Amino acid sequence: MSTTQQLQDFVTQVRRDILRQVHQVNSGHPGGSLGCAEYFSVLYQEVMDYSTDFKMDGQNEDLFFLSNGHISPVFYSVLARSGFFPVDELNTFRKIDSRLQGHPTTHEGLPGIRIASGSLGQGLSVAIGAAAAKKLNNDDKIVYTLHGDGELQEGQNWEAIMYASGNKVDNLIATVDYNKKQIDGATDDVLALGSLKAKFEAFDWDVIELKEGNSCDAIKSALAEAKSRTGKGKPVVILMETEMGNGVDFMMGTHAWHGKAPNDEQLTSALAQNPETLGDY
Amino acid sequence: MKTYNNKGSVDTRSGFGAGLEELGKKNANVVALCADLTGSLKMDAFKKNHPERFFQIGIAEANMISMAAGMTIGGKIPFTGTFANFSTGRVYDQIRQSVAYSNKNVKICASHAGLTLGEDGATHQILEDIGLMKMLPGMTVINTCDYNQTKAATLAIAEHDGPVYLRFGRPKVANFTDENQTFEIGKAVQLTEGQDVTIIATGHLVWEALEAAKELNEKGISAEVINIHTIKPLDEKAILESVAKTKCVVTAEEHNFLGGLGESVARTLALHKPAPQEFVATEDTFGESGTPAQLMEKYGLNAKSIIEKAQKVIKRK
Repeated sequence: MSTTQQLQDFVTQVRRDILRQVHQVNSGHPGGSLGCAEYFSVLYQEVMDYSTDFKMDGQNEDLFFLSNGHISPVFYSVLARSGFFPVDELNTFRKIDSRLQGHPTTHEGLPGIRIASGSLGQGLSVAIGAAAAKKLNNDDKIVYTLHGDGELQEGQNWEAIMYASGNKVDNLIATVDYNKKQIDGATDDVLALGSLKAKFEAFDWDVIELKEGNSCDAIKSALAEAKSRTGKGKPVVILMETEMGNGVDFMMGTHAWHGKAPNDEQLTSALAQNPETLGDY
Repeated sequence: MKTYNNKGSVDTRSGFGAGLEELGKKNANVVALCADLTGSLKMDAFKKNHPERFFQIGIAEANMISMAAGMTIGGKIPFTGTFANFSTGRVYDQIRQSVAYSNKNVKICASHAGLTLGEDGATHQILEDIGLMKMLPGMTVINTCDYNQTKAATLAIAEHDGPVYLRFGRPKVANFTDENQTFEIGKAVQLTEGQDVTIIATGHLVWEALEAAKELNEKGISAEVINIHTIKPLDEKAILESVAKTKCVVTAEEHNFLGGLGESVARTLALHKPAPQEFVATEDTFGESGTPAQLMEKYGLNAKSIIEKAQKVIKRK
């Protein structure tokens, strides 16, 4: 268990890693990555039970699946700083011959990744499969997932959502990054999601609303609450309201930084707002 | 000429069902997923005898394929079952990202492939699936010819580590291969020996190729029939050895000539030993409703058509 300050330092360093990764190759997705820095940090530093001696089958470990694979910078940073691979390897993000592909993949054998994601809408189904295998294996650990809110426009999610409640997949905690933005603009303008709470409840899921999705304490509480609701016959979802671009003033309150890297000047400003805490790679 | 006897016509999908049920008993890691076609896929016995390892997904093929990928992470060997059309075209991106690119040990088992699905018509008669699947890096593609071979293939793919597409069909067709055969992935089976023409066939066209070879023999033409059950990886050695002798080839498949077995054979020959080739396949067209026999006749996928193409290709030598 880390102290609140240690966790906040971790988050700050993760933000720096995100910004520096995308800046270096002038590509990648900083907005959603920054918005989920706290979630990933809490999940890997506080919540999940896992071994960094990576084994694909993950038996008797909690598993995590990132469905919205484009926020790979935050995933890579947190995996590296949690001990899955050397932090220096973040320097290879999106470069030729790298294990850190633009979107996460098992293809290059990067420890911590169990499925390719990037083409949206597949992660929940994969996680349900992994959760079903855990039950067959009498493995009582939990499967965690993260999804974009815009990603829920993909129809496959609703196949999976229907399946999970219909089949009592109750060793699964899905989280939706509810930042209400996607590449083309506000989700309400692109394709309105309506009430996600009402939708999930109509599909018979147990819904937890997390209004402060950029507060480590609030995330910790929500995940603990979610865990306490597992094993009760219903899949659990956390609707986690976040700020896209969180922690960098000019990236917040807009969808503009969904898939755009900062220039040199913008990077300097963004890093100044997030001073080095654990050492840059 | 070596001849083969039909031990009684039966559908290849029943061979899959029998193989799956046997796997259920033999291998505790085998799980089966089905998208609301349990009866059509002959998965009832597995469902009845191993209910805890049978997953009824409902009419949600995308969820089925990605779930199967997830199950492999827990060490399971998932066999998915639905029609060939819904096993491939409908879920191509799920297969590409979650199965092939992620190198997951999923067995995609597809019934009702091709025209012989019959009366349901073109919406269900996929003739492009071999092409779609063989283009995916790392995907093994198998199209079996009869009940016994389909059963043997079903058992064999459980032992193979990696994604597999297993294609079979709906109609009752001649069952002529050995009951206790060993199925070797990627290994062609030479059925008859001949000097004048090589007939390379897959799936339901293998029996038609044997019937064609019999008639050709009566006309004084000696045909070498090769059963290519594995389209990828292709047994290039067997093909090249035979064509080195006969100097020409007819390929036969229940599939579009674009993307099918014929193109794989043509590539092999072009790279190593160019030779005249004729294609028995559908010609860039959709199917339609009708009985399997009517459709195979109308679209030129039978022994008669193989004979015509064989006579034509011999003249091109």
